[in-house]
Amino acid sequence: MIWPTENKPRAAIQLNHEGQLRHFLSIEGLKRELLIEILDTAESFIEVGSRSIRKVPLLRGKTVANLFFEASTRTRSTFELAAKRLSADVLNININTSATTKGESLSDMLRNLEAMAVDMFVVRHVQSGSPHFIATAVTPGVSVINAGDGRHEHPTQAMLDMLTIRQHKGGFENLTVAIVGDILHSRVARSEIHALKALGAAEIRVIAPDTLLPVDVESMGVKVFSTLDEGLRDADVVVTLRLQKERMEGALLPSEHEFYRLYGLSAERMRSAKPDAIVMHPGPMNRGVEIDSAVADGAQSVILQQVTNGIAVRMAVMSMAMSGQINALAARGGQ
Amino acid sequence: MTRSAILNGRLYDPASGLDKRGNLYIDGDRLVGVGEQPPSGFVADQEINVDGLWVLPGLFDLYACLRQPGFEHKGTFASELRAAVKGGVTSVCCPPNTSPVNDSAAVSNLINDLARETGLSRVYALGAITQGLSGEQLSEMYALKAAGCIGVTNLRRPFRNNKIMKRCLEYACSHDITVFACPEDAALAQDGCVHEGAIASRLGLAGIPASAETLAVSQWLMLAEDTDVRLHLGPLSCARSVELVREAKQRGLKVTANVALANLMFTEACIEDFDSRFHVRPPLRREQDRQALLDGLREGVLDVIVSKHEPHEIAALLAPFAETEPGMSQLETWLSQMLLLSRESQIDFGVLLAASTVGPARVSGLGGGALKVGELADFSVFDPNAEWTPTAVQWMSAGKNSPWLDRTLPGVVTMTWVGGKNVYPSVTQ
Repeated sequence: MIWPTENKPRAAIQLNHEGQLRHFLSIEGLKRELLIEILDTAESFIEVGSRSIRKVPLLRGKTVANLFFEASTRTRSTFELAAKRLSADVLNININTSATTKGESLSDMLRNLEAMAVDMFVVRHVQSGSPHFIATAVTPGVSVINAGDGRHEHPTQAMLDMLTIRQHKGGFENLTVAIVGDILHSRVARSEIHALKALGAAEIRVIAPDTLLPVDVESMGVKVFSTLDEGLRDADVVVTLRLQKERMEGALLPSEHEFYRLYGLSAERMRSAKPDAIVMHPGPMNRGVEIDSAVADGAQSVILQQVTNGIAVRMAVMSMAMSGQINALAARGGQ
Repeated sequence: MTRSAILNGRLYDPASGLDKRGNLYIDGDRLVGVGEQPPSGFVADQEINVDGLWVLPGLFDLYACLRQPGFEHKGTFASELRAAVKGGVTSVCCPPNTSPVNDSAAVSNLINDLARETGLSRVYALGAITQGLSGEQLSEMYALKAAGCIGVTNLRRPFRNNKIMKRCLEYACSHDITVFACPEDAALAQDGCVHEGAIASRLGLAGIPASAETLAVSQWLMLAEDTDVRLHLGPLSCARSVELVREAKQRGLKVTANVALANLMFTEACIEDFDSRFHVRPPLRREQDRQALLDGLREGVLDVIVSKHEPHEIAALLAPFAETEPGMSQLETWLSQMLLLSRESQIDFGVLLAASTVGPARVSGLGGGALKVGELADFSVFDPNAEWTPTAVQWMSAGKNSPWLDRTLPGVVTMTWVGGKNVYPSVTQ
């Protein structure tokens, strides 16, 4: 090809001149050391959550805007809590997608928010690559955090899952991790695969029918299984993904019933995995579709711990990105 | 009538196999002499020495959006034809994706009027094969032809059903009209914006599978065989499509095919990091597809390179990848890109030039595209040793959507002539 694409590090835009985080757009493109730093920082913030005054002053005087172009309860509220525990001022903006497509363009809206001196955007958007686009469009010094973009990535979710895994398993090197369900539409699955690869997991499996798998998914370094029993065999970690009801209409699946029969995580099915395997779900759950209540609420489930870890991980990422931007600005000013 | 002589250039014309130092002699709008000696009694009013430069037939583009009528915020005849002559493009054919759609003689005549008022390059129109490109009712194809349309097309819009598609071909065939088919299965392409493969999967962008194209190519070829219509397929983007066309040509079908410049230059690797400058339709595919397209040109399976010039306003590009409008503004860098391609991808420049001059001229049914006595004096003078760096300020097209802005390209068009007139650079520019 004529265009020089080789040797170009992927998602380099999210790092500053010293290789520190300044945006958090994707797990792809981040090295193991940086991911470990995020986990360690998050671990130190967990303690903040148990204090009587749950605040640290790292983002004091900074304004964080939560830009949610897609509905979300858990992610938006944990980002809000994380920002507040870092002492930032928080602006919550929920934008109905249809309203923006008809009216003001995304870039005009950003200009307006920047005029209000926002220091950090936390963005969730239905289109893959939206946070990348915003990161290229904002003024220098403003940080962008991806809170989920289309089918692309949900990097903070992946990091809170990694933190949860580390808390239970101590590390990643010998782990077999199985991700079950709608991989095709899942940004969580993509971010988790990148994170597990970077952290050195022994084996990453995806379990789904071909209609719910991205083309050439093997190229991401995973093993593909189309049956649950085989895919779960001796797994250390099982991640089930939410199945959207719309998937029945797009000729991707015959019925919820058949999906449950083949891929629903039940206590019986979990017996294929290792006895000490943990079960995770990014939420919100469809009980009786992708997961049984007995598993979701059972001893192996760490689903609520994931939520708690979400706040600490988001505090870590926000504080790291803000200081990376401040360093980048200082370097620019020094030139 | 003005008589001009272009002296001492490298006359490079794939149509006549000409590649030697010599002169062009022009009388009025025609070439009256090509070679060393002027025709007897020829006295030039002006002589231009182009020693060391290449003299090429003017490029003939079978697909360039000029955006009028209806999309003047994206471009106008004035802006886009200035870009054309700056790029050495002397004939452009504009598709019917205008507003209103060019499905009637009235719109075709409006396009003809705009072309006449603007001057610069020659402009031909493609008409819509169905009313409003809706895929339901036949358009008045005979009237479109009478108004100067060189062919009819439904672009990528689907037909309501295969019966209507077949009827369209039958009707076009009975009036000796070439059908331009942009093969893409609408349901398989659906919301896709990039090649369906590993990169699309990783970026979480909806893909357009190769089968969206190959299935449609097969369908068009089957119906063309049934109806005996003259079919021009393209732009093609997949290796398998080239095979299908090769086979159809071997069986003697009246089929020709084109490829868009971007699919020869780039691959899906360019869309990493959501680089929407490379959002085009058909999508950029794998390197092996690009190589198969180049082979298709070398073997003559692919007859034509189109610029697929699609200028856009800035606002159309300031959005997340899937929401940007596809297309590149291509006219003014076309020759430079081909020169670069010939150097980097081991393909003879003459092959690329033939597919951009005499190839499309033949498909259009108008002929020309050659440096021959008696032909229209449409040509450019090209300096292959010079370099240039396009910048937004000097950019002629209203669409600044080109990945080549602020990058150095080889080869500069120093002059363009249309119908014996020097249209670029002009004194007023």
